[in-house]
Amino acid sequence: MGAKHFGARVTRLEDPALLAGRGRFVDDVKLPGLLHACFVRSPHAHAKLRGCDARAALIMPGVHAVMTADDLPEPMRDTALPLLLPNPALNVPRTQTALARGEVCYVGQAVAVVVADTRYIAEDAAAALIVHYEALPAVADCRAAAEAGGPGAHSDLTTNVASTFSLAYGDTDAAFADAAHVFREELWQHRGGGMAIETRAVLAHHEPVSDLLTVWSGTQTPHIGRRMLADLIGRDLQSIRMIAPDVGGGFGPKAIFYPEEAVIPAAALKLGRPVKWIEDRREHFLCATQERDQYWDVAIAVDDEAKILGLRGRMLHDTGAYVPWGIVMPYIAASTVPGPYVVPSYQLETVVVLTNKVPTTPVRGAGRPQAVFAMERLIDRVAHELKIDRAEVRRRNLIRPEQMPYEVGLIFRDGKPLVYDSGDYPRGQDQALALADYDDFRERQKAALEQGRFIGIGLANYVEGTGLGPFEGVTVRVLPSGKVAVATGATSQGQGTRTTLSQIVAEAVGCRLDDVVMTVGDTAAISQGVGAFASRQAVNAGSSAHVAGQAVRQQLIALAARALDVSETDIDLEDGLATAQRGNKPSIAFGDLARLAQGIPGVSLPVGQSAGIEHTAYYTPTQAAYCSGTHVAEVQVDAMTGGVKVIRYTVAHDSGRVINPLIVDGQVQGGVAHGIGNALLEWMQYDANAQPLTTSFADYMLPMATDVPTCAIAHVETVNPLNPLGVKGAGEGGTIPAPAAIVAAIEDALAPFNVRFAETPLTPERIVATLRAAGAYDRLFAG
Amino acid sequence: MGKQATRVIVNGKSHARVIDARLTLADFLRHELNLTGTHLGCEHGVCGACTVLVDGRTARSCLMFAVQANGCAVTTVEGLAPEGQLSVLQQAFIDNHGLQCGFCTPGMLMTLTELLRDTPAPSEQDVREALTGNLCRCTGYAGIVAAALDAAQRLRGALAKPGSP
Repeated sequence: MGAKHFGARVTRLEDPALLAGRGRFVDDVKLPGLLHACFVRSPHAHAKLRGCDARAALIMPGVHAVMTADDLPEPMRDTALPLLLPNPALNVPRTQTALARGEVCYVGQAVAVVVADTRYIAEDAAAALIVHYEALPAVADCRAAAEAGGPGAHSDLTTNVASTFSLAYGDTDAAFADAAHVFREELWQHRGGGMAIETRAVLAHHEPVSDLLTVWSGTQTPHIGRRMLADLIGRDLQSIRMIAPDVGGGFGPKAIFYPEEAVIPAAALKLGRPVKWIEDRREHFLCATQERDQYWDVAIAVDDEAKILGLRGRMLHDTGAYVPWGIVMPYIAASTVPGPYVVPSYQLETVVVLTNKVPTTPVRGAGRPQAVFAMERLIDRVAHELKIDRAEVRRRNLIRPEQMPYEVGLIFRDGKPLVYDSGDYPRGQDQALALADYDDFRERQKAALEQGRFIGIGLANYVEGTGLGPFEGVTVRVLPSGKVAVATGATSQGQGTRTTLSQIVAEAVGCRLDDVVMTVGDTAAISQGVGAFASRQAVNAGSSAHVAGQAVRQQLIALAARALDVSETDIDLEDGLATAQRGNKPSIAFGDLARLAQGIPGVSLPVGQSAGIEHTAYYTPTQAAYCSGTHVAEVQVDAMTGGVKVIRYTVAHDSGRVINPLIVDGQVQGGVAHGIGNALLEWMQYDANAQPLTTSFADYMLPMATDVPTCAIAHVETVNPLNPLGVKGAGEGGTIPAPAAIVAAIEDALAPFNVRFAETPLTPERIVATLRAAGAYDRLFAG
Repeated sequence: MGKQATRVIVNGKSHARVIDARLTLADFLRHELNLTGTHLGCEHGVCGACTVLVDGRTARSCLMFAVQANGCAVTTVEGLAPEGQLSVLQQAFIDNHGLQCGFCTPGMLMTLTELLRDTPAPSEQDVREALTGNLCRCTGYAGIVAAALDAAQRLRGALAKPGSP
């Protein structure tokens, strides 16, 4: 493959429209007769529903409808939303109904919807709706909820334990019995949100002449959403079109199918008018799914040389009130722990617990940040106890490149054995350390300390299963205008999907980037689709774009050879022109070939020629593509205030062959920012009654421009042998090891006080409290 | 609901409307004038996606009623460059990968347009501090900061050229 487009630092095709204010997000779609919806949500974490009085709301001018569960169509009225990822280990496969029926199980659960002429009126009417609740005891802490005998998160369940499962290989008992050293850590990672700057949004419009129900949704997965909606609303797939237009960030929570995506179409059908709902930020805090919230109790067994012998423990996962994505996240966490290290034996018991909080589903990282935190904290502990440099302990345990493909011994969440396809972990770590000037850090640290500054360094490694199946499709079609139309089930929430796929198609077909016309996130454009999650689109849609592009290339060559009366080997394709490399080099434009490929009415096509110039490919990966990387964080801690500043951040990242370094660097940098938020700032807090306490950006802090340094990034390209492009995912690696590296760096900065940390977010309060308990202030003031 | 006659000059064009007193400036721009480039990310004045210039100074259009802008000149992202063109700052965002999803971008552009006007030679720290009123979840800010510094340099270069305006 040439290097004209693939691998080039191409600026994005998406940018000009977005910069000019001409993006098309859901709330930018204007339709005649549009009505506006506002949801009425439970103020209780757990309560029985005892009726609803809508009279005051309904008489307000401009109000068109108030709908509760009884007003929804069959089967949506009584049917729980489909469980997307069933698993035999899931004992309580409970999902919510579109509007609550009988009982509400988290603050913010939708009880009713009000539809009015304007959003302002809808909100007035929502406030006038009287809902009668009978409060029930709420379950806020998953540790208490896991014990028998406490209150239930659902009144009809006798247990809050949704699932227990064990992932294991090797003989941990023997490993721990014979080990020279065993160290144990209890760790916690908090719950946070996706917090895309565009909140969720749904607009539904039924057009009676064609009987087509069109739904615009700010979703990562429109094809899945359409399927879910079809089941709930009792319509055929062909009569529903779901469009994810420009979407303002995803990060996982927008991959879920939500109640509002069912209720708004139901309201539009009922009222015969288009209906729009735009989530407000408070609703996003209450109702959009969240992640992390895991408690780990893990131990590591090592020999005198710090070689790992085994790892075992128990993990509690707070899944919230429902399990819309099953147990996928705790499963990913449990299978990510061994990471890039040779771990001869492993056993982790996982307990998935229901609580009266909004459900947890994947948020950028999807269980992996917690797993990496557990593994890396244990390794730092080993280094600390055995007085060996932290990078050296890692080096001694990293899987060597000659051990690839490396079989870990577990089954991954794709249902396939966890086998790392490729990678050079020692090289990645070495490159990151060199770029971070790790070797002379102790001198810098000493100099800083002499000036009264506490600086520290930390590192963390990870391996991430990306590019998960089942498939993604791409259609490539040459148009009579000479443009190349591309349609895909892949979606874009800022990843530059259009640009990346255009590069691949232009490279394969031989056209200009500007000549690619791309449709993403529209179920009308391609029959099958999956969407954005699990850093999967470059692998899945990218491979399909390549396969379909190559097929179209062959069709173009065959047609051009026939048209120019030369052999196929004489044809060159470039910039939308097929040229014969002989004689006076006659050429024919792609548009003319597209016309030829339409044939002549009534006349048989030449043998071997198919209709039009187009091909659809659905690439189906045989297993996950395992990317990897090393992060090095350097921080400065203000011991008096507990304030932490990340002063330098280095990443070595292996996402296989890089399609566009501009975009991959952007993904890494953005992922690191999310990781800094997780490590230091973002904390979705609840009180003892499971009432959310942080429901605005004033209470829940996102990283600002002053919190995130510009990262130094090195690409370690090891080619993935399993897909035609040699690529691996890049969307989440920036986030995954960041909390582990940053917390390690804070600990290193405060090493003079010998404090240890085992949780995120590591807030100033926690740092000060820990320092105080360690007697640090006595020493500082005495000094 | 009280209605008030309001006249606002938006991107150089005068608009007179009789509007609800409680209509926010953001909703007025987006839904009355169909200038949907101004975005709403939090509606409580933290994220900055709705930032516009009111009489030349940045303001949160989500925290301001449209009637408060009566008689004011408002500039939105749509007014940063003539139709079909991009400002130096907008072009620098493309060149430095200053946006991903593009949702926070209009607010970023407005904040930085003000900064570059008032501080032609900002330091990186100046840029970062100016941006603390604008949240971005995608980029990690690196491309935005680079774009601002790049644009500042290009604008200074243009000024330094003899004969340029």
